[in-house]
Amino acid sequence: MKYGWLGIVMTSVFLGSLAPANAQATLKAVQERGVLSCGVSQGLPGFSAPDDTGKWSGLDVDFCRALAAVTLNDPLKVKFVPLSAKDRFTALQSGEIDVLSRNTTWSLSRDTSLGLNFTAVMYYDGQGFMVRKSLKVNSALELNGASVCVQTGTTNEQNLADYFRSNNMKYEVVAFATADETIKAYESGRCDVFTSDVSQLYAERLKLTVPDDHAVLPEIISKEPLGPVVRHGDDQWFDIVKWTLFAMVNAEELNVTQKNVGEMLKSNKPEIARLLGTDGNLGQQLGLTNDWVVRIVKAVGNYGESFDRNVGAGSKLRISRGLNKLWNQGGIQYAPPIR
Amino acid sequence: MATAPRRPPFRPLTRLWRVLSGDTGWKGIAGQLVFAGLLAWLVSDIVINARANLQAQHIASGFGFLAGTAGFSVNQALIRYSEADTYLRVFEVGLLNTLLVSIIGIVFATLIGFAVALGRLSPNWLLARLSGGYVEIIRNLPLLFQLLFWYLAVLAALPNPRQSLSVFGVAFLNNRGFVVPHMEPQQGAGVFVVAILAAIAASLVMMAYARRRLYRHGERLRVWPFALALLIGLPLLGIVLFGVPVSFDVPVLRGFNFTGGTRVTPELVALTIALSTYTAAFIAEIVRGGLLAVPKGQMEAGASLGLSRPAILRLVIIPQAMRLILPPLTNQYLNLTKNSSLAVAIGYPDLFSVFAGTTLSQTGQAVEIIAMTMAVYLAISLVTSALMNAYGWHLDRSQRA
Repeated sequence: MKYGWLGIVMTSVFLGSLAPANAQATLKAVQERGVLSCGVSQGLPGFSAPDDTGKWSGLDVDFCRALAAVTLNDPLKVKFVPLSAKDRFTALQSGEIDVLSRNTTWSLSRDTSLGLNFTAVMYYDGQGFMVRKSLKVNSALELNGASVCVQTGTTNEQNLADYFRSNNMKYEVVAFATADETIKAYESGRCDVFTSDVSQLYAERLKLTVPDDHAVLPEIISKEPLGPVVRHGDDQWFDIVKWTLFAMVNAEELNVTQKNVGEMLKSNKPEIARLLGTDGNLGQQLGLTNDWVVRIVKAVGNYGESFDRNVGAGSKLRISRGLNKLWNQGGIQYAPPIR
Repeated sequence: MATAPRRPPFRPLTRLWRVLSGDTGWKGIAGQLVFAGLLAWLVSDIVINARANLQAQHIASGFGFLAGTAGFSVNQALIRYSEADTYLRVFEVGLLNTLLVSIIGIVFATLIGFAVALGRLSPNWLLARLSGGYVEIIRNLPLLFQLLFWYLAVLAALPNPRQSLSVFGVAFLNNRGFVVPHMEPQQGAGVFVVAILAAIAASLVMMAYARRRLYRHGERLRVWPFALALLIGLPLLGIVLFGVPVSFDVPVLRGFNFTGGTRVTPELVALTIALSTYTAAFIAEIVRGGLLAVPKGQMEAGASLGLSRPAILRLVIIPQAMRLILPPLTNQYLNLTKNSSLAVAIGYPDLFSVFAGTTLSQTGQAVEIIAMTMAVYLAISLVTSALMNAYGWHLDRSQRA
């Protein structure tokens, strides 16, 4: 009978892991637990990567911190759960994490068949190719017959197949479980080409021995809108996650920065007053406090500041804002208004 | 002085335990029934709950996804496969790749394992130490680590396609793999195959006949020259009469890589090396244990019959040791097959990688896919066990006769 008990224990573990599906109140669960469980990558510089002291940083990490700031009033109360591309959705479905903030592409099938909801677009990305400069390849259309290293469990695998097929080019795919294994195989010469989202290409290039020997080709072969993901069934949490991101973008649009947020609180411009909660009770409508945006900006700054610090001009990656510029500055980052 | 009759103390828990642990009679049966009932309830509860939860979360379920288009490429397929094929086809491709590496791995692991075991028992000091060192080093390092080592070692040792090592200008070795000419069957291929089969069959008949002569009349017949002549002669005759049965598609360097030919990928090579050397270390110890378990008197008895040392090993020791070796050897075969799922770390497209990996992430149907994958590994393991048991049974019978 010993094993019977074991069975019961295992079943309750299994059922327990599925149980959060029915829980409506992720916010309450997070606040009772006192820590936000945030699914991130296993180490992608610029988006989510730990430093030598184990401190996480990156655009996706900043978002987790912003979310912890609005829900727990402390951007440090985050438990980062590193996930492979393959395991990320299961971790969210099973309730192991409260939100998935892990450079994840929004697509119809993922939004519908996984029991998950994509909240908003954090980073407009696209898939590209990296090659050795010594190959003297200038365009992806010259890659006929090449061997391509790709990470499995990503949208990249299918895009790659589509691109080569529609251009009538032959290729060999070598698919690895993690980004690290993929880049290692590329560096060892197993593949001519390394493919991934362009932001990731720049990030992974930093891991190569001589980053300057490798170039990212100009073609962008897909749309990869990346953003945070939550479970179905908790609309309040869905709203909080979505609006936390919108708040960061709106803060940039209204020039509210980490530095000037204290002064801005005195502003009598109606848009800023609503954003920072000195006017109205918009924060409370979300189930948060009215100073929610102040907390976000104090914790991580506005969208532009976070972008700049992690992937943009102020970082090692030096990726240009491109599509991710605000809508009124030539990009497509556009957040619904806070009012 | 009257004493009250001694009665056993009333211990309900002890009694319940007796009933449930199923001593004998109805109590035993009741215990089994209760246990089976509980188990059935647990399983059905899990299934019902899982279904309800999946539906509540609107997670797609069912096996309909198998008919969907895969849309991704696999770099090693033993059957025809393209991106336009279905997920079911991906499943088959992955399954065959798993079987391929498992079977090759088992063959090499067995050969290396037996060789190392014999080496370790050899009176040659150097050989014995080398074999001992092999076992201790290989079995004490994690397999994943060895796998990555072999993969990166294999890749590092090989040149890029433009500097390929050429074998007579028809086969090429580089860090994309080993490319050999691809054989296309032509007219006369059927005859060729039949000729080879006929030669093998005739050789087997001759060997059986020779063995009977040996046992009945104590006469040794030299069979192998005739067998060799048949094995070479018959197919040659076929070629002379019907022409060369295959055409060769020789690989050519075009752009990035060789086109044409058949390629053995570095992933397959590294995985095979890692799996077979690792498992061989365990097999060597099992074989050594089995050989040492045969009483020393058997060796001496063989020697007193005038048999040479190899003949004693082959005719006296190994047949007896096999019965001891077989069950743990089966375990190692099963381990090797299951360990092949580490392939995903080095990009070998096995079942776990293409089906429980890519297909799972594209369709999101974790429950069905993991269940299918588990069922496959279970089935492979059960078939392996059954084959090994059948062989063991055959050994037992033939030795008792």
